[in-house]
Amino acid sequence: MSDPADYFEEMTEQGGVILHFSGDWTIAHISAIDKRLRQLAVPVTGVDMSQVSAIDTVGAWLAYRTASEHQAEITKATSEASRLISEVSGSSVMASRPEIAPFLRVIAEIGEAVVVAFTTMLQFMGFVGQVVASLFSVITHPGRLRLNAITQRFEMVGVRALGIVGLMSFFIGIVIAQQGAVQLKQFGAEVFTINLVGRLTFRELGVLMTAIMVAGRSGSAFAAQIGTMKITEEIDAMRTIGVSPIEALVLPRTLATVLMMPLLAFYSSIITIIGGGLLCWAILDIPPVTFIQRLREVTPMTDFYVGMIKAPIFGAIIAMAGCFQGMQVENNAEEVGLKTTLAVVQAIFLVIVLDAFFAIFFSSIGWD
Amino acid sequence: MGLMDRMDGPDRYNRDIMISVRGLHNQFGNQVIHENLDLDVKRGEILGVVGGSGTGKSVLMRSIIGLQRPDAGEIYVLGENLLDDDIAGDQEVRRRWGVLFQGGALFSTLTVAENIKVPLREFYPGMSAALLDEIARTKLYLSGLPADAGCKYPSELSGGMKKRAGVARALAMDPELLFLDEPTAGLDPIGAAKFDRLTKELKETLGLTVFLITHDLDTLHAICDRVAVIADRRVIAIGKIDDLLATQHPWIQEYFSGPRGRAAHRAGAL
Repeated sequence: MSDPADYFEEMTEQGGVILHFSGDWTIAHISAIDKRLRQLAVPVTGVDMSQVSAIDTVGAWLAYRTASEHQAEITKATSEASRLISEVSGSSVMASRPEIAPFLRVIAEIGEAVVVAFTTMLQFMGFVGQVVASLFSVITHPGRLRLNAITQRFEMVGVRALGIVGLMSFFIGIVIAQQGAVQLKQFGAEVFTINLVGRLTFRELGVLMTAIMVAGRSGSAFAAQIGTMKITEEIDAMRTIGVSPIEALVLPRTLATVLMMPLLAFYSSIITIIGGGLLCWAILDIPPVTFIQRLREVTPMTDFYVGMIKAPIFGAIIAMAGCFQGMQVENNAEEVGLKTTLAVVQAIFLVIVLDAFFAIFFSSIGWD
Repeated sequence: MGLMDRMDGPDRYNRDIMISVRGLHNQFGNQVIHENLDLDVKRGEILGVVGGSGTGKSVLMRSIIGLQRPDAGEIYVLGENLLDDDIAGDQEVRRRWGVLFQGGALFSTLTVAENIKVPLREFYPGMSAALLDEIARTKLYLSGLPADAGCKYPSELSGGMKKRAGVARALAMDPELLFLDEPTAGLDPIGAAKFDRLTKELKETLGLTVFLITHDLDTLHAICDRVAVIADRRVIAIGKIDDLLATQHPWIQEYFSGPRGRAAHRAGAL
């Protein structure tokens, strides 16, 4: 029924060439003919459209382009074809983004990255300042504290994380105890596995693993929620109504995470101990009673303090990194994903860096 | 039974009926949206679809374009039954229609020109980059956008320009059928009038059939060939506005004879 678009050339007596178009000049049949028309190197003086069986705007554009490139005349077009051709003939050259040489582009990108890094750092500091300022204003006007929002976050950040944090901690306890048992057995010092499990868990792993889990669960959720609200202009709406987004969104999330982190970290530590204890019982034949007795002897109270001091600080970092990245979202949906990833990466990175500082700090004040 | 079905489908469809909906039934939970709804859209017309909020205008459009599977009924678009298992046929119909969603629904991470190229790349992977550029440019021009809009991202456009960019993408495949969901909502009167003119021009120059959901009385009077009124879960009346005014249904009377309706009628009559 439909022939593909085609043409043949006819020499005229004046030395010009007339192109006779035929077939369906529609988008479905046009790709091949477009390449041929572009390579046309003969003096075209006319385009005969009498054999064209169907035409759409793309076909009309090709006819128009060919004719105007060669200053040729379009003849015998049907009324439909001429209408389409005149309709597309006003289409002008499309502006494109200016191209930059690759070398310059790399330099420009490096420069841009440096500027972005510094401005982001400044903005983050400003953001932390805003949160602290709004915390003080809430402390002086306690009526403005959004208790409902905070308790809701308690559930999201804390209660709902119990399952996954517990499971993770249990297995980590098993892994530490098992590795410790295997290595220490070589010295006949299996009993020190209990020291390893107890001290490592309360000091470092309980809080660190919890922080990583909370960053993945809640930090990312904060960034995505706030980022989506930013795109749908809900944040702007809040501002115009007179509600401070920092006070309504960021502060409840931050407070909830700060309060939940120590509880989760403690819970995680206990479950890790249980996991390690069960492994000691199964592999090293250390009964639970002995395990607990020994644990109380070798784990100083300061280990517990170290963990509990770090936990709320990590919580604050995670929540603020999440909220901050959420507020940085602009323009499009892809940014939400990007900033969410960034929130988690930044939170975990900052937590680990800070953890290193804490390790040195606490041993230098004698809590080792 | 199979034979009857086949007889019924293409037989009822002829070249002049672009969309045919019969016995459409849509229901969300207990809420019945459409019940036994019939509708025909003729070739080359602009059909305006009106109805109060929540009467299921958008649901009707979503049913026709296959985004919402109805609970019962038949839908033929361009002669193709969209509710059967013929996936290839459905895909073939998709390249023959264009849809403008309410908010434009442009892909936010692509420039306007790239947005227009998305359907082209999908259906014609062999097309050269230069030709793609030229087609995108032509569509921009047809939809009345300036040439420099092509390299902009949707977030850099105003509401009216987004709608035009949406139309440019809907026109990318040179469709026979154009669905517009409230195209003038949110535009200022001048922008809305321009958009109406654009719709009419496109219909006339490209020979489009347009399925137009609208609340805009001016649009109805200015460009619609026929208007379908949805109320009581079905199409209660369809025809020219003057014919609709003759019916006694209270909603139609209130809609077209209220102060806004009369003003638009006077303007349309001028």
